[in-house]
Amino acid sequence: MAGSMVTSEFLVEVDHQRCRRCKRCILNCGFGVFDFQNMTTADSSKCVACHRCVVFCPEEAITITRNPLAFKEHPSWEVDRRKAIWKQAQSSGMILTGMGNDLPWLNVFDHLLIDACQVTNPSIDPLREPMELKTFLGRKPDRLEVSADNGGFRLQTEVGNNVELAVPIMFSGMSYGSVSLNVHKSLAIAAEKLGTVMNTGEGGLHPELTPYTDHIIVQCASGRFGVHSDYLNAGVAVEIKIGQGAKPGIGGHLPGEKIGREVSGTRMIPVGTDALSPAPHHDIYSIEDLRQLIYALKEATGYKPVSVKIATVHNVAAIASGIARAGADIIYLDGFRGGTGASPAVIRDHVGIPVEIAIAVVDKQLRSEGIRNLVSIIAAGGIRSSADVAKAIALGADAVGVGTAALIALGCRLCQKCYTGNCSWGIATQRPELTDRLDPDWGAERLVNLINAWSLELKEVLGALGVNAVESLRGNRERLRALGLDSTTMDILDVKPAGR
Amino acid sequence: MMELVFGDQYSKWQVDTCKVPAACGLSGIISRDGKVLGGNVIIESMRVIHDRGNGLGGGFAGYGIYPEHRDHYALHIMFEGAEGRSACEGMLESELEIEAAEEINTRSVPAIQEAPELRRYFAVPRREKLARESIEPDDFMVRLVMSINTTVPGTFVFSSGKNMGVFKAVGFAEDVGEFFRLEEYNGYTWIGHGRFPTNTPGWWGGAHPFNILDWSVVHNGEISSYGINKRYLEMFGYECTLLTDTEVMAYLFDLLVRKHRLPLEVACSVLAAPFWKDIDSEADPERKALEQALRMTYSSALVNGPFAVIVGYSRGMVGLNDRIKLRPLVAAYKDDYLYVSSEESAIRQICPRPDRVWAPKAGQPVIGELKGDV
Repeated sequence: MAGSMVTSEFLVEVDHQRCRRCKRCILNCGFGVFDFQNMTTADSSKCVACHRCVVFCPEEAITITRNPLAFKEHPSWEVDRRKAIWKQAQSSGMILTGMGNDLPWLNVFDHLLIDACQVTNPSIDPLREPMELKTFLGRKPDRLEVSADNGGFRLQTEVGNNVELAVPIMFSGMSYGSVSLNVHKSLAIAAEKLGTVMNTGEGGLHPELTPYTDHIIVQCASGRFGVHSDYLNAGVAVEIKIGQGAKPGIGGHLPGEKIGREVSGTRMIPVGTDALSPAPHHDIYSIEDLRQLIYALKEATGYKPVSVKIATVHNVAAIASGIARAGADIIYLDGFRGGTGASPAVIRDHVGIPVEIAIAVVDKQLRSEGIRNLVSIIAAGGIRSSADVAKAIALGADAVGVGTAALIALGCRLCQKCYTGNCSWGIATQRPELTDRLDPDWGAERLVNLINAWSLELKEVLGALGVNAVESLRGNRERLRALGLDSTTMDILDVKPAGR
Repeated sequence: MMELVFGDQYSKWQVDTCKVPAACGLSGIISRDGKVLGGNVIIESMRVIHDRGNGLGGGFAGYGIYPEHRDHYALHIMFEGAEGRSACEGMLESELEIEAAEEINTRSVPAIQEAPELRRYFAVPRREKLARESIEPDDFMVRLVMSINTTVPGTFVFSSGKNMGVFKAVGFAEDVGEFFRLEEYNGYTWIGHGRFPTNTPGWWGGAHPFNILDWSVVHNGEISSYGINKRYLEMFGYECTLLTDTEVMAYLFDLLVRKHRLPLEVACSVLAAPFWKDIDSEADPERKALEQALRMTYSSALVNGPFAVIVGYSRGMVGLNDRIKLRPLVAAYKDDYLYVSSEESAIRQICPRPDRVWAPKAGQPVIGELKGDV
């Protein structure tokens, strides 16, 4: 039987009365939906609903709708399940996908409510009073020694290197290769303007990012792509990537088609070869091996902070404790809603736990061991708004990382087809005619706008809570209440139900 | 009539609600020369600011009041019933060498009702206990007090310093002072408190001052950062067992000054930290490094939200406001006397013509210390 049994997900219609036959849609679609034979034609089976054509059609002549094709309903055989079986029966392959988990799991953030002041303590107006978001990432001493001399005080304790953030929000690791160089540039310029940091991801550091290295964390992942001495020393911190929220326990695969000359040079691998990141680091089979790598990186960098990024899995609290004791300065918790350029859907959608739970148990575990000051906690994987930022911090995170939200700011429509390399918005692609579409200065401006808007909102939340520094929200679960969570989950979160 | 809530009931209650917001009136006086004053002085000062309390809690702390037992920890304990008392006294017997034990003298005051049994013990830790664990006497006492307060039903140690004592009850401050016959005690420092809780179990232990060792805190305010301050203190073994946020203030002073040995002024700059804009523009690099390190290291000890506190300790008294001064605090001095209060009227009541009266700036501590030994 010819062709696929899988029916189109979307229908593309061109209003030929309106269409001026300018062919912009043909140029703009990265997926080759449009063609022109006397008039504009569309192959709906290729459409991913990325809206690039709709946004750029000067006549608003294009409409994209969900294919209304009726399927006989079945509560446990949803249409997507049937489609997956048709695809696999045809291809014998894993179902690939991009971006984060799209199954409707319970979202804990959406069941947490924030407190505010009324009468007994005054709220604070952030437009009139100072409201502080400054955050330091890295190891802190458990106490300071201060001596008094000549009427002044002198600090006797040395505080190690920390990464200073003007806002408790950073850009998550997304590798050059999975995203375009213009995305990296947008993130780097924005990070500098915002006083925060971006993370290279595992694909190395392109030379054009050199001016921004005071706002870059460089990553060292299992494939060791682009890792050399200058690279490790370039940024303000080094991150060892053990796992990623979207695909805990598995490695990465950037197909050879995406490894052009620039990506090849940055990753230090030949042009056109597949970039395969092993599932584990082959020099880390145990916690003591991690300790060796942490200290090797510290020795190589003059003791810059070392971050360890893990996917949040069931035993995350004990793992985090081990990481803290192994010498890490930052633990980056990537929740099961975290994004990816490519992952098998079975892993993305079914492996790991929500970052909300992970923050709570890790913070609690480190406190119970009296070692919370050894590490900063970054929460990522599912941070969608300033409300999520506030809740993550109240649960115990020092800062959050955003990846998907940053890409959406750059135009991403969450079509989840990053792994095809056809991104019409020039984000998750290396095709030059597509990557040219993203102007780094324009992209940076949008990122700066987004994070500034979230910062304003975060300050309003702090003001309503009657505090004027983010550290008074950090770990302050007393100011959260749960609505619609079961008692075990509330117990784990250490959050009371609304009304109590 | 307020119901007394103790022991198991009280533990259950605090799990449910944890923290009681409160507003209040405060007053404090210290003679830096160590001259002693009768407790009636602080009662008179508090009487003027009667309206800042609502009769649901009043209390005092006096320093220098037990010179004959100056080397012994003076434990003031309230008992709801005989069972708690015998369990508690069993613990005291096994852990401490008790020099004296007696009832705390009170007089009948119509406004003060349903008093628990009030006793005091002058004692030191048993030497063999200290030696076995090589633990400092102060740490030993903190642990014992926390243990009694969290495990013995209907029993609460509300004062545990040396040569000082806390006296508190449900009632207006001036009635509480009369009830405890404060005029019979002489001290060089006195602090007082009238409470206006907006939600309360009406529990005697919930009145101010809060005390641990020689730290006593009277507080007007609501600590909006309570949740993280409490969790920070728990890392160092402090258990916040009471019904109000004020106790974190006492424990933070104990942690920062006694255990971490920060100078008092530095500890105050942790609790009411300077703003980053001021730190970043600080010209002196050493001072800047210190202030930055303090905020980085002690971020969870920043006390945020409206507060005015007066803290008594054996060497002196400190008044402190939150970093944007959301509650009133006035200071004055005359000769060697320093006064701190919620209202100027409470100071002028006992010192009609002070040499200077001023409103301390936000986050700037007013510290009065003894000039010599007492």
